[in-house]
Amino acid sequence: MNIVLLVLEAGLRDLSRNRWIAAYAASFFLVAEGLFWFGGTGPQVVLSLLNVVLLVVPLVALVFGSMHVYASREFVELLLAQPVRRGQLFAGLYLGLALPLAGAFAVGAGIPFVLNLRAGAGAAALAALFTAGVALSLAFAALATWIALRTDDRLKGVGLALGAWLLTTVVYDGLVLAASAAFADWPLERPLLAMMVANPVDLARVLVLTRLDVPALMGYTGALFRHTFGSAIGTGIAVAALAAWCAVPISLAARRFRTRDF
Amino acid sequence: MIALAGIRKRFGALQVLTDISLAVRPGAVTALVGPNASGKTTLLKIVLGLTRPDAGALLVNGEPADAAGDYRRALGYMPQAARFPDNLRVRDVLALVSALRPGTARDEELIGAFALQREMDKPVGTLSGGTRQKLNAAIAFLFRPALLILDEPTAGLDPVASGVLKEKIRRARAEGRTVVVSSHILAELEELADDVAFLCDGSLRFAGTVAALLARTGETRLEPAIAALMRSARGGALAPAADAPPAAVWLPGEPEAA
Repeated sequence: MNIVLLVLEAGLRDLSRNRWIAAYAASFFLVAEGLFWFGGTGPQVVLSLLNVVLLVVPLVALVFGSMHVYASREFVELLLAQPVRRGQLFAGLYLGLALPLAGAFAVGAGIPFVLNLRAGAGAAALAALFTAGVALSLAFAALATWIALRTDDRLKGVGLALGAWLLTTVVYDGLVLAASAAFADWPLERPLLAMMVANPVDLARVLVLTRLDVPALMGYTGALFRHTFGSAIGTGIAVAALAAWCAVPISLAARRFRTRDF
Repeated sequence: MIALAGIRKRFGALQVLTDISLAVRPGAVTALVGPNASGKTTLLKIVLGLTRPDAGALLVNGEPADAAGDYRRALGYMPQAARFPDNLRVRDVLALVSALRPGTARDEELIGAFALQREMDKPVGTLSGGTRQKLNAAIAFLFRPALLILDEPTAGLDPVASGVLKEKIRRARAEGRTVVVSSHILAELEELADDVAFLCDGSLRFAGTVAALLARTGETRLEPAIAALMRSARGGALAPAADAPPAAVWLPGEPEAA
């Protein structure tokens, strides 16, 4: 059998029995089900869940992901001593981390929507939410893998991962605000659009909000984005940029894995 | 079979290996000895392709080792400390490594000798360090490799398991297979080793048969002989001996000196 699939299968087997992954899925289930329980309609639940997804998915993917890569080091050395190519091994190991993370989110958050079909969530908004959550899982798992492969010191690596989370979620909004206030007299459209594309979390937010029709919640970059591109093209651009945000960290991590010393 | 030619490796400011040239004698047990941080594990990892040298070449049967690592089909590796994904069962780990090396004749003797059948359905994360080390050893021997690379194999094993492993190493040698074993416990190497490679501060200070080492240092046992090497290593490299080591093993720099 193919080496990628073999290593992936072992990763899935391991993480499907991991209690943190189970707790992660359960917490998404509880939050979404709770939102329905308190009388939310479909679009309201999508919107509330979006805010949770934007903060929690990157955090868990970065912290759990980097710790998982550190914990796998001796096992990776053992696998590398077998007649396998590094590229194949990397693909199996990365997917063995990213797919359980994405799957735990999708299953945990997905079941309440199936259970509450009558609340009517709107297919487009739901698809956008799950695309965003899965894309963030893949992108931040790759980022975590890259950080952990570059940093031999575990503590420093997990610290860097937390730093990346702060930067993309909390600090970034402040930077956008500060930039728009400081340069209020200049045309800001292009720089701000560039800032948005540069942040996967913001991209994911805009992707879902363009499908939800709540412009008041879009924020500066979201409103600008929609105004500039319109809904349909805007969605296409956001999806393409998110795909790039998965591809770039994956290829950086893959290159690091192929060249580094173990 | 496996030879190193002019291997150098530096990690940042630290020169870990300096110009290591060594041929492993086929069918013999070579003991890789040296103080802590002398570069033993790095040297073994270079043979496995886990770490790449800054300069020099790894030769397999006289040819440079293929970059894809197919030569590793003939290698069995037992790392110093084994950790497997916590939630995999022993059975899953064995199935994975077996599937990575399809079509190889299997040797499950150590699984029986270490009574690992009883542990088959336990998650690896619940095993004791010693049991994990037994699994680690069983994996190294599982595919009847022509070359076994054992890094501190008996560390963490109880005396009984350690005896089982040593007996297995002796049997592998009797079958004509080659073993490279690193260890701090010189007494146990003494009963196993045919050849000795002594590494200190990243340089190979001696490579040759145990008999040549004893003759060189004027000692009768391995432990004081190595101690004598370590003392002279502090004062500089040992001068090349008059009684040259066998042709398959050479000292660093000797071809130029001759």
